[in-house]
Amino acid sequence: MAVTPANATTSRASRIEAALLALGIIVLVALPFFIYPIFVMKMMCFALFACAFNLLLGYTGLLSFGHAAFFGGAAYFTAHAVKEWGVGPEIGILIGVIGAAVLGVIIGFFAIRRQGIYFAMITLALSQMFFFFCVQADFTGGEDGIQGVPRGNFLGLLDLQDPHAMYYFVMANFLLGLFCVWRIVNSPFGMILRSIRENESRAISLGYSVQNYKLAAFVMSAALAGLAGAVKALVFQFATLTDVAWQMSGEVILMTLLGGIGTLVGPIFGAGFVVALQNMLATSAFPVTIATGLIFMICVLVFRRGVVGEIYAWLERRNTGNR
Amino acid sequence: MIFGIPIQAFAGQLLIGLINGSFYAVLSLGLAIIFGLLRVINFAHGAQYMLGAFIGYLMLAHFGITYWPALILAPLVVGLFSVVVERFALSRLYDVDPLYGLLFTFGLALVIEGVFRYYYGVSGNPYPVPTLLAGGTNLGFMFLPIYRGWVVVASLVVCLGTWLLLEKTQFGSYLRAATEDPKLVQAFGVNVPLMLTLTYGLGAGLAGFAGVLAAPVYQVSPLMGQNLIIVVFAVVVVGGMGSILGAIVTGYMLGLAEGMTKVFYPEASNIVIFVIMAIVLLLRPAGLFGRDA
Repeated sequence: MAVTPANATTSRASRIEAALLALGIIVLVALPFFIYPIFVMKMMCFALFACAFNLLLGYTGLLSFGHAAFFGGAAYFTAHAVKEWGVGPEIGILIGVIGAAVLGVIIGFFAIRRQGIYFAMITLALSQMFFFFCVQADFTGGEDGIQGVPRGNFLGLLDLQDPHAMYYFVMANFLLGLFCVWRIVNSPFGMILRSIRENESRAISLGYSVQNYKLAAFVMSAALAGLAGAVKALVFQFATLTDVAWQMSGEVILMTLLGGIGTLVGPIFGAGFVVALQNMLATSAFPVTIATGLIFMICVLVFRRGVVGEIYAWLERRNTGNR
Repeated sequence: MIFGIPIQAFAGQLLIGLINGSFYAVLSLGLAIIFGLLRVINFAHGAQYMLGAFIGYLMLAHFGITYWPALILAPLVVGLFSVVVERFALSRLYDVDPLYGLLFTFGLALVIEGVFRYYYGVSGNPYPVPTLLAGGTNLGFMFLPIYRGWVVVASLVVCLGTWLLLEKTQFGSYLRAATEDPKLVQAFGVNVPLMLTLTYGLGAGLAGFAGVLAAPVYQVSPLMGQNLIIVVFAVVVVGGMGSILGAIVTGYMLGLAEGMTKVFYPEASNIVIFVIMAIVLLLRPAGLFGRDA
């Protein structure tokens, strides 16, 4: 696998990540008092989505071009459960996550039969199939989507209609998701995933049932992407076809690529940048797709390691230079 | 009547299926040629198809260049544009993972489609059927618009021509050899980088040709390529990219399968190709004509 993730396992890089994380949490707690909370909540949803996606691309070496199915699918499941069945937000999110995981099992089961670009094409095709399903199914509301989703009371106690309560609820979910990613990556299981990324045949010859590991990683990534989508549905109080369309799959790839494939912080940075950029361009005449496409091309040609990945690489070069 | 369905309706859907299949065949052929030599999945293929249709449309609207010259000129323009892209950008990505080629061409597709969307909106622009092929003929069991018949014939000729080019000419034999082992072919004194460039131009030119061919059938719109390309990806997965002939045959077959589904179970016609893809992945993961495991 020649996808070039930065070597984030060096102690220096991990120390930087820990420091950044601590700083990030402090900033996050204070942020809603300075910036429009919905905007930050949107960033957190996409950051978690990108981290979930990166779990698959960065640590297992599988490029999924169909992650919108899990993100948008969970948004539909949660929105439907909360609005039509009247369950609380915590149960609604759980339903969304489980739904995304089930979708992950189905799509993953077919996709892991091929590797590399075939894997990308298969995930793209199957998620497009799910998109057509969402266009035609009754519960999704077709072109209108599911509107007016109530946020409800968390555990029946905390009214999430309050912007600050909702903000910290989203933040808790975001940090929980990040913790899951971090825990998976830094576990024996995560090491095996990395060995598959580096050399699949050798992992097989060492006796690992690579297909099972790939499927497990795929489902975990799908479930976490589902968590992001479920929370997003509650934040914006709607679920639409936009979230299941292939453009969304492309967007999450861009976020991860721009920030740094295979780094923990990179996708968060990439998501923040892309969301901010979209926000900025929304008010200008310049089309978002052109900007997105240009960043894609520049990224691939000039800095494949992503912004954060390049910083790590630079630190490492400086380190070895000093020695 | 066939299976309780009027034969006109049956034949009509079959024809639509065959026409869709013609485009699938030409497009998956282009993808297969590019992938065979460059090891790049050309995500911009749909955008290049759209570009072909749009250039044909703009030639007619602004310069009065009619269908027949456009059928040659538009693919040439698309091919030249793609040659430039290959030379200055794509060729830098041959040494890294093929996924980066996919991502680069994905970005390229977004830019091309975004530009046309910005200037021409999302609505379709009609392109007139050339007078020579206007009207239709009654075959007894169905009414055949002549242009639609021409689409099928033209795509067959192009597919056959491309196949002959690859199988029977010196360029084709070099190209097949370079697909097997580019380093060795280079050592024999063949200019492999030039071949890569020409191959990308050829594949993109095929997409551009399909675009002009499609212009009178579908409307010319900036979004005409982007949903098609995903279906063509599924076609390519079903066929396996090992064989040129396989790509062509699979294209027509899946077009027909789609047309039949429209007759018997219209709700599933959007997804039938994806379902077939899933079944093929279960039974024969390498694809129907694929060689690699």
